[in-house]
Amino acid sequence: MGSGRLYAAVVAGGFRRYATYRAATAAGVFTNTVFGLILVYTYLALWDEKPHLGGYDQAQAVTYVWLGQAIFAAMAIGGGGVEGELMERIRTGDVAIDLYRPADLQLWWLAADVGRALFQLLGRGVIPFVFGALFFPVALPGDPATWGAFLVTLVLAMMVGFGIRYLIALLTFWLMDGTGMTHMTMLAGFFCSGMMLPLNVFPGALGDVVRELPWSALLQKPADVLLGEADPWGTFAFQGAWAVVLLGAGRLLQSVATRRVVVQGG
Amino acid sequence: MVDGLRAYRLIGGMWIRSTMAYRASFAMTTFANFAVTALDFVGILLMFSRVKVLGGWPLPEVAFLYGLSSVAFGFADLAIGSMERLGHRVRDGTLDTLLVRPAPVLAQVAADRFALRRLGRIMQGALVLGYALSAVDIDWTPLKALLMPVMVVSGAGIFCAVFVAGAAFQFVAQDASEVQNAFTYGGATLLQYPPTVFGRELVRGVTFLLPLAFVTWLPAAYVLGRPMPLGLPQWVAFAPPLVAVACLALSGLAWRAGLRSYRSTGS
Repeated sequence: MGSGRLYAAVVAGGFRRYATYRAATAAGVFTNTVFGLILVYTYLALWDEKPHLGGYDQAQAVTYVWLGQAIFAAMAIGGGGVEGELMERIRTGDVAIDLYRPADLQLWWLAADVGRALFQLLGRGVIPFVFGALFFPVALPGDPATWGAFLVTLVLAMMVGFGIRYLIALLTFWLMDGTGMTHMTMLAGFFCSGMMLPLNVFPGALGDVVRELPWSALLQKPADVLLGEADPWGTFAFQGAWAVVLLGAGRLLQSVATRRVVVQGG
Repeated sequence: MVDGLRAYRLIGGMWIRSTMAYRASFAMTTFANFAVTALDFVGILLMFSRVKVLGGWPLPEVAFLYGLSSVAFGFADLAIGSMERLGHRVRDGTLDTLLVRPAPVLAQVAADRFALRRLGRIMQGALVLGYALSAVDIDWTPLKALLMPVMVVSGAGIFCAVFVAGAAFQFVAQDASEVQNAFTYGGATLLQYPPTVFGRELVRGVTFLLPLAFVTWLPAAYVLGRPMPLGLPQWVAFAPPLVAVACLALSGLAWRAGLRSYRSTGS
């Protein structure tokens, strides 16, 4: 029970930490809204040309855009979660201090990242979404059960997102410099999560593959639940399975990494 | 002005030498830069795998817009893209170091962390532009041919002005540096799509308020022989150089005002 309180405190700390930067949050909200505007018009043109593309109608496509902008920061789709800090600590050797703390490395960073995600969901997500819903025709579910299921998919998406980024961050133990990997994560995140274009619009085999990758758990799957296009239980299972696999792999890699850790610096 | 250019060249050269110390890393990051922007275009290709035209524009013409916008933005980003880091310098107080050096601050900030890897974006844009030029059936005249380089240079100038104005804004807003992204990256993204896609108000906004439309939309409409957006007269296609100069002058004034209002955060 004691450790549960510890990680709850880390979650709260992560939340408060990001909540401190009000101007940065406002700036992020503005930027997400502008990008949402640009995307929404291109999607409207696309769906004008081809109604029911990917099984969405126009209102659903518009909702998808604003949902993407709303959860982009929270799910750290382009990176920018706590993994940057962890990479830096691995590079400088500060991670040694984390390792002899009486807390689990993975759970600690997971808690910090969840705290960050919760804040960014509220602080950066709500306003662009409401803006989109007010000024564009959107398709939102009326029943609370769908909203509840949607919230569950968001929590699971946070787990999957952290799972991916934690694995990437741990690679710093071997590669020392995280710049290249950060770029790659961003690339994969934008493309494979459906941030650029909904994954159900991807043609042929490419679409089939990309819809099964873990990144689709970040945006596409929650969106499909919110839009009533997917069965919630199947989605939970998909996201949960990826979360277990990724967090398990992270644990494994962590134990290998910490056994060979060489503390840098001096 | 001469001082500034010399300082810019020296600092830029220093950063190039320092990057070249790690050639493999340089090659990788340049490739990553290329790949990030290439993926952007893959997104457009994916759209066109499902539709024939977007807002009435076929793929080669959208590629024409995309290439022009990427190249113009790429040059601005290469030249002074580091200015978006000004907020960091204001926050941690390292801007003070630049103030005491005998070289214009603008040149120092612009050349700070000069990143040759940004050539990746320009190369990618140039490739797409090359494809577009071979695929679009343009009724070339000497005037249109002349307009092409003019368009790229003025476009880069307009984006530079946006970067400088954004940096000036960061003197006031420090933490809010992300706002700038909405206009720089957001602007470049906006211009990759045909103006017919967007709402009339938005097109008006980026023509008369923040004149990004002069980077590609207006001159490109002339070159492609398409009707001018907003029913503007055809001569505005030749206005980009003037617009660029005006924007640069305004952003220069904003920069001065910003720098004058700067107060060090102290230790």
